[in-house]
Amino acid sequence: MKRHTISVLVENHPGVLARIAGLFSGRGFNIESLSVGETEDPTASRMTVVVQGDDPILEQVTKQLNKLVDVIKVSDLTKEDFIERELVLIKVNADGRSRSEIVQIATIFRARIVDVAPKAVTIEATGTEDKINALVNMLKPFGIREMARTGTVALMRTVR
Amino acid sequence: MSGAHILVESLVKEDVNTIFGYPGGVVLGIFDALFDAPLRVILTRHEQAAAHAADGYARASGKVGVCMSTSGPGATNLVTGIATAYMDSIPIVALTGQVATPLIGGDAFQEADITGITRPITKHNYLVRDVRDLARTIKEAFHIASTGRPGPVLVDLPKDVTVNEAEFKYPKTVELRGYKPTYEGHPRQIKRAAEQIAKSERPVIYAGGGVISSGASRELREFAHKIQAPVTLTLLGLGGFPASAPLFVGMLGMHGTKCANSAVSECDLLIAIGARCDDRVTGKVDKFAPNATIIHIDIDPAAISKSVVVDIPIVGDVKNILAQLMPLVKKCNTEAWLKQVEKWKKEYPLTYDKKAKTIKPQYVVEQIYEATGGDAIIATEVGQNQMWAAQFYRFDAPRRFLSSGGLGTMGYGFPAAIGAQIACPDRLVFDIAGDGSFQMNIQELATVVRLKLPVKVAILNNQFLGMVRQWQKMFYGGRYSSSCLADNPDFAKVAQAYGATGIRITEKRHVRPAIETAIKTPGPVILDFMVEREENVMPMVPAGAAISEMIMEA
Repeated sequence: MKRHTISVLVENHPGVLARIAGLFSGRGFNIESLSVGETEDPTASRMTVVVQGDDPILEQVTKQLNKLVDVIKVSDLTKEDFIERELVLIKVNADGRSRSEIVQIATIFRARIVDVAPKAVTIEATGTEDKINALVNMLKPFGIREMARTGTVALMRTVR
Repeated sequence: MSGAHILVESLVKEDVNTIFGYPGGVVLGIFDALFDAPLRVILTRHEQAAAHAADGYARASGKVGVCMSTSGPGATNLVTGIATAYMDSIPIVALTGQVATPLIGGDAFQEADITGITRPITKHNYLVRDVRDLARTIKEAFHIASTGRPGPVLVDLPKDVTVNEAEFKYPKTVELRGYKPTYEGHPRQIKRAAEQIAKSERPVIYAGGGVISSGASRELREFAHKIQAPVTLTLLGLGGFPASAPLFVGMLGMHGTKCANSAVSECDLLIAIGARCDDRVTGKVDKFAPNATIIHIDIDPAAISKSVVVDIPIVGDVKNILAQLMPLVKKCNTEAWLKQVEKWKKEYPLTYDKKAKTIKPQYVVEQIYEATGGDAIIATEVGQNQMWAAQFYRFDAPRRFLSSGGLGTMGYGFPAAIGAQIACPDRLVFDIAGDGSFQMNIQELATVVRLKLPVKVAILNNQFLGMVRQWQKMFYGGRYSSSCLADNPDFAKVAQAYGATGIRITEKRHVRPAIETAIKTPGPVILDFMVEREENVMPMVPAGAAISEMIMEA
């Protein structure tokens, strides 16, 4: 099973997310992450879907996505050179003794402290999924209270 | 103009002359607009029947069928009919009422999220939120339903959208950037296919419903004759190639002919045309045409290599591609192969005990075939009746056989026959039914009686859910769990109570005369044939087995 990052350009209509999500669930594919947002064209949205699956399954998913009337374009970025980023907010336990160590870790990961309280700090970080996972692992020993991840967004690299 | 009138005018623009429907709360305004519109509204007695009738109308005529219901239960009752059309790629437009937009999502009276419910069983669906979008939406709905791989489209119409006013301007064209079906085949793929065909000594053409929806029967006939390849058809393909043609080897798959299944199992080239390699056709997938190069022609790229891995895919319209392929192919060296195929055909014909004193269901179908000169439109229900109709009524022309193949919907045949009779008023239409299936839409007797529709129903009454009983006999030790219907009503009397002609036939010698009487009698006739109770559909490929492993007798 291989991981695929699929970029789906869709009409910016109500119900489109449900169609895409339904297509995956109805055929028994598990979505690892999904993110949606407007594009440079306000009538279109881009969905970035990360899924696991063998090639024939992915081919079927891609074809089925293409069949949807609201889908404008589907690209399996995994076959291309692409840039991917994810954003995370992590609320981690931090008292007087551990705070400076946490700030140091955040600096190494080029993350930012966006909220400070006497017993916790909230860190914002962006990067590839691997980098985010590494940061999460570093912070785990301090006790992660809450975490929110956006899922991957991705674009193909421009051919130079 | 009100939304209701915009809807009616849009339907007129789409050349719709018949709607199958059932009124109710939120669509009263639409039905009021229909009251003096140049459209015929056929009132069925259940919304499911309206959807099947629209489907039967579409299959028989090639036009888009239209059905309409109110919101909530009316809409959910359409669901089985929509799913049936979806599985078999039949173009219908389903119009549903919806509660007014400010009430949507508030659990209003007779509210159901029908666009949510039908999302996986429609080609596309719409919830119209603004009357100004209505005309364009109807235009798009008909376009999507009828082009590419056809299918059902649902348009949900909130009450206020049908009441609000807007200027009526019907768009001339459709602009959908996410919907561009491929019609022309790729020339390089077509050339590769022609090269494979030239090399083949044991080719088989396996064609399905795509031949019929594309209107390509003539092209298929010419192609098969030119390359001299035997032709097998799927259930939905029946009539797409003449059953009387010497190259025809019968239906393939679970209840296909031994000849067709053997030919597919031993061919060196399989040319799949407008067929989707359904599991009832392929049996065990890795034993399906195991030694063959596979060419697959289909308008839906997602149908290709979905189950059976294809060597040469050609995406596009079957009719176009066969026309493109024709000048590139010539007669194959198939004499020896055709001799072998002919031998299988002679050795393993479809048969039954013709000397039996009881009424064999196959005998009834054969007699209907002969009495109608093979020229009737035959709708079927689902189960044994469907398989016997497919095996023993020999279709020579397309759009004559209407049957729920993919979904396998019991109760489909009778309302589909109604739709077909409305589409083709001068043709003879039979529904070959089972006693179980017929009761799933028996209320449509009221529809045919009111309209004096000359639909003939032939019930192969074995007082069982026959196919269920057959599987219970073969695979569940003969434990007839919930499959015996020995306490059925007298269907002839039921028909009479509705005002139709009803005849019960209990003796073999009365079979043919009863069919003749039905054909001569104006209006609807229900023939209740009391057939052999425990007859099995044979031959058979057990579920999950290879199609080369057919059971010839139970």
